[in-house]
Amino acid sequence: MTPTVDEAVPPFPQRAAILRAAVGFGVYAAAFGASFGAVAVSSGLSVAQAVVLSLVMFSGASQFAFVGIATAGGSPFAAIPAALLLGVRNAFYGVPVSEILQPRGFARLWTAHFVIDETTGMAISQANPRARRYAFWATGLILFVLWQGGTLAGAVVGGSIDPSTFGLDAAAPAVYLALLWPMLVTTRARVVAAAGALLALVLLPLTPAGVPVVAAAVVALVAGLTPAGRAQENA
Amino acid sequence: MSALWVALIVAAVAGYLLKLAGVSLPGSALAHPKVKAVAFYLPIAMLSALALTQLVGVTDRGSIPYRLDWRVLAGVVAGVIALLAKRGVLVVFVAAVAVTALLRLLT
Repeated sequence: MTPTVDEAVPPFPQRAAILRAAVGFGVYAAAFGASFGAVAVSSGLSVAQAVVLSLVMFSGASQFAFVGIATAGGSPFAAIPAALLLGVRNAFYGVPVSEILQPRGFARLWTAHFVIDETTGMAISQANPRARRYAFWATGLILFVLWQGGTLAGAVVGGSIDPSTFGLDAAAPAVYLALLWPMLVTTRARVVAAAGALLALVLLPLTPAGVPVVAAAVVALVAGLTPAGRAQENA
Repeated sequence: MSALWVALIVAAVAGYLLKLAGVSLPGSALAHPKVKAVAFYLPIAMLSALALTQLVGVTDRGSIPYRLDWRVLAGVVAGVIALLAKRGVLVVFVAAVAVTALLRLLT
């Protein structure tokens, strides 16, 4: 951990507001984790497998992608590239997070695990370095604990009911759309989403499970390398 | 150890290594605008493709290779309505599941 002046000075004014926002993210993570646990187990994972994914992968979209493709009937290894391509954005979040926390040596090992959408978003939106560090760790630790608890609860409950009777098969596509929704901020982003879905629809009957989702990465490549895309992206 | 366990552990550890690379590489390696733009569109294209492949199935019967349970579609539409009403992921989840379950119960 980097040395801070936390001990020497009284709590800073933003602390309570940051903590409230972090708890909000935590409640959301518990609910989202419960949907993940329920979908994972009803798709064919064991409770232990759902929990290990949440503990070690700890990145919602990648976890859902892994479950959706690994249980689609083909080889479970087909799920690896899609889960990793969805995790690529976490590597990019490492750049601002490193500037804020400046982790050295072993501190990198545990800091890295908490670099996700919510912690990065909370950290970079604070006004000063101390608030940024506090926001990162408060959000990361609260979210991690509640994500695990939610996963376990959802997995246990999801395993005791028949998914098709309860309509759980509608949960996965609806949750993906919920994850996607806030990213559709520009026309180009909406075109990319539509093209990704269209390409997947064409490839679906022609290719093994996992391929249509990985192939959609080509759409992102084209959109990102075509000049107008740079002016619009806000990552 | 089953193939599913092996694939799961490989994917989870590699996902962690991506995060570790992000906090370990010099920032300039990831700072190129075109690289950042591709990374921005990657989850958009893939989540959209993923939603579609979870909604639509394939079949060998008939001339159309696709299979779609209209009750699941109705559930997802309910989820989209929740999103249009600016609801969070939990409301979307419950709306989709409840509508699909209700339609299955009634039909």
